[in-house]
Amino acid sequence: MDPITLSRWQFGLTTVYHFLFVPLTLGLSWFVAYFQSRYYQTRDEEYRKMTKFWGKLFLINFAIGVVTGIVQEFQFGMNWSEYSRFVGDIFGAPLAVEALMAFFLESTFLGVWVFGEGKVPEKVHHAAIWLAAIGSNLSALWILLANGWMQHPVGYVINEANGRAELVDFFALITNPKGWLFFWHTIAAGLTTASFLIIGVSAYHLIRKQNVTFFKRSFQAGAIVGLVASTLVFFGGHTNGQYMFETQPMKFSAIEAHWETSQPADFSIITIGDLSGKREVWSFRTSQLGIPGVLSFLACNNFDCEVKGVDAIQAEYEATYGPGDYIPLMVVTYWTFRFMMSVGFLMMLLSFLFLLAMRGNYENAKWMKFVPWVIALPYIANASGWILSEMGRQPWIVQGLLKVQDAVSPNLTTVDLLISLIGYTVVYGSLAGAMVYLMKKYAIAGPDAAMHESVDVAPARVGADD
Amino acid sequence: MSYEFLQILWFILIAVLWIGFHFLEGFDFGVGMLLPFLGKKDEERRAIINSIGSVWDGNEVWLLTAGGATFAAFPHWYATMFSGFYLALFLLLVGLIIRGIAFEYRSKDSSPKWRNTFDWMIAVGSFLSALLLGAAFANLARGVPIDENMMFTGNLFTLLNPYGLLGGLTTVVIFLLHGANFLGLKLEGELRERVNVFAKKLWVAASVLYVVLGIFTYVAGFWARGVVNPGFVPVAAVAVLLTTGYFLNNKMEGWAFIMTSLNIVLTQVTFFSMIFPNVMISSTNPAFSLTIYNASSSQYTLTVMSIVALIFVPIVLVYQGWTYYMFRERIKNDKKSLVY
Ligand code: HDD
Ligand code: HEM
Ligand code: HEM
Repeated sequence: MDPITLSRWQFGLTTVYHFLFVPLTLGLSWFVAYFQSRYYQTRDEEYRKMTKFWGKLFLINFAIGVVTGIVQEFQFGMNWSEYSRFVGDIFGAPLAVEALMAFFLESTFLGVWVFGEGKVPEKVHHAAIWLAAIGSNLSALWILLANGWMQHPVGYVINEANGRAELVDFFALITNPKGWLFFWHTIAAGLTTASFLIIGVSAYHLIRKQNVTFFKRSFQAGAIVGLVASTLVFFGGHTNGQYMFETQPMKFSAIEAHWETSQPADFSIITIGDLSGKREVWSFRTSQLGIPGVLSFLACNNFDCEVKGVDAIQAEYEATYGPGDYIPLMVVTYWTFRFMMSVGFLMMLLSFLFLLAMRGNYENAKWMKFVPWVIALPYIANASGWILSEMGRQPWIVQGLLKVQDAVSPNLTTVDLLISLIGYTVVYGSLAGAMVYLMKKYAIAGPDAAMHESVDVAPARVGADD
Repeated sequence: MSYEFLQILWFILIAVLWIGFHFLEGFDFGVGMLLPFLGKKDEERRAIINSIGSVWDGNEVWLLTAGGATFAAFPHWYATMFSGFYLALFLLLVGLIIRGIAFEYRSKDSSPKWRNTFDWMIAVGSFLSALLLGAAFANLARGVPIDENMMFTGNLFTLLNPYGLLGGLTTVVIFLLHGANFLGLKLEGELRERVNVFAKKLWVAASVLYVVLGIFTYVAGFWARGVVNPGFVPVAAVAVLLTTGYFLNNKMEGWAFIMTSLNIVLTQVTFFSMIFPNVMISSTNPAFSLTIYNASSSQYTLTVMSIVALIFVPIVLVYQGWTYYMFRERIKNDKKSLVY
């Protein structure tokens, strides 16, 4: 395998891995901060326990987000040096601001929150968790503005003398609609992820009749936020789709494997066959349900606008950018979109049903034993969403300006890459093992175990920690 | 602000970030390496970790910021160095990953095997990171093969030359001493005594290595290849390192810590003045070197980033400094008062 393919695999794997942990951090930080506030307002011990218990899960997850994030920061220079030279002027700025504005805030105050209880004044301890939550979410904003620029470059000129993209309008960079749409959708996705974790873990304990008040209260918080957040995810996603239609029409049509221009454009729920789209064996389309033009609706909010086919866009791109293959891998874009969307709708529905059920004595219901599985849903959607965004942009690394093949570091050899790729796989694999083990242990051990601060008094189940 | 002024300003700012990083993360690398040797019992190890528990991540962000700032202000420097030092940086990342995760996970299970494994991950990770950073900086001072297209033409073994290795080793020992001095300030009782004994030995090793590194640098002509002569700065660096011994013998831990801090700061100042205005010296041909002039971003980006830095750097300094103040008390290693 050549260095480009290996670099792509490495970047894709490490980034998706990083993003397995990030959404939970983004969402759960708000929950923990909220519970902390409730405790300081009401002095209700139950809230203190909620802070501790969910806080513990938050920290176990957070640690992996941090260590895998460092890799992200270095990878651009290590594997994509030509990319870094080309865009450093623009892309480096949000990255530097992210570290300066967000990472410092988050890491410093999280330290104060964890180690400061009883040592620093209560007001400070209380503020610390909110500042850490704000820091996390700010970091998402800056990195998404950076990524938004790669999807939809703004505020730059190409300097003919040195062939680099140079920043001319910082304001355009930080108000790039693409970045803000990403932000909206991702923050909401983060809250959804946290809500479903809380719902799932609470259900586990409710079935076993452990800490019933504690987990009913948590379940309720999860279900309410889950419904609001998954609805916001949907609207954010829909808006993302429309903006994509305007700025990255190829990606948009690839979502449907929509080869031929049509008006209105139909949406297929599933397709069996050859996803190059040349030969379709069988598909189930929304028009068969009596709603034609769903793809048109996704594109422009009405059911009969024209959606260009991939072939037509390919021809346009050849005319603009010269000969080449501008078509992303259709199997991937088609299915990731469907995974994400169906999971999205499913989560909206589920959180709505949970809210309804909460009027009765749902903790004894038969279906409760399946509820812990919902934890997996947001993870599927998160990974699918990013794979769609990033692979749908291929062959471009910066839409319309730079191709992936021209971005890779020229000095790297296959051996270099095999070493690092295998190395990351081993290290990341072991991290996942330790993390899942601890998450399970603490989630199952329940709130009482999470309350202890010192080795000795710790209960047998969790052994020697708090 | 003129373009050249901005380029110099950003060179200085990046130097400041690296200085901050070495000074802060220097002691927590040192503490990490000392951990399994110094802490005999579990509470002792926990007390040692707690001395940096609330700050190590914040300290590491100095590295991330230095990386991000280099990317933004000198993209070619970032691109050439990071792709050129590929495998070394990969190992550095592995080091940072295993120690970072171990800080957070080592106490989350009571099995002695689990804890011991993570404690060693902290030590090995800290050692690897310190060694590789030291080696990388030594190679930057020495010069590395770079062609006319700003492309690094060596490989991992290019970096493993005697000077690079000496730089790595010296950094390890200086950080060990710096970490021991920090622990001297933070611990109590028997542990404090034990640290003091370690520190005195480390001081001897650090002084010898440091002086050898200095002489090597001078004799090999890595000295002042730019336009600035570091002058008395390295002399002062040696002097403060030597006086550390005096303070250690008199149990003046505060002063000993200040001295190693100064030594680290002055070493970095020496390094950056030695290479200025180069950022990466080419050993192939000096004309191919990357300088602040040919590696930088546009004037516009530098201006914007200057404004951002002017606002946020002071804010960060204030709150980070303040947290050190909040947690200034010594750490008791009795089980009741330890945060796990
Ligand atoms: C819990 C996670 C989750 C859920 C339920 C959804 N998404 Fe999503 N989606 C993401 C998590 C995500 C993500 C991982 O966070 C992405 C990657 C980039 C981004 O901004 O969000 C994403 C990207 C993304 C994109 C690509 C944007 C681009 O590349 O330009 C589109 C068009 C949508 N989403 C649309 C939707 C729709 C119509 C959904 C229906 C409910 C939906 N998403 C649910
Ligand atoms: C955390 C969420 C993200 C995920 C899960 C993700 C996922 C991916 C995947 C799967 C690829 C491989 C595409 C391919 O090779 O076909 C990729 C490529 C890439 N992404 Fe992202 N990405 C994320 C965020 C970002 C962000 C925030 C940036 C920049 C700020 C970014 C920059 C890149 C770059 C430079 C590539 C080029 C390598 C390539 O095309 O293979 N990604 N990403
Ligand atoms: C490929 C691009 C990315 C880079 C370069 C990157 C960089 C980093 C770095 C260096 C850290 C560690 C910070 C620390 O030491 O405290 C980190 C953690 C984090 N990142 Fe990423 N990241 C990327 C993608 C993303 C995306 C797309 C998001 C959000 C949408 C995100 C959100 C976060 C958050 C919230 C944290 C802190 C919490 C945690 O560690 O889990 N990152 N990232």
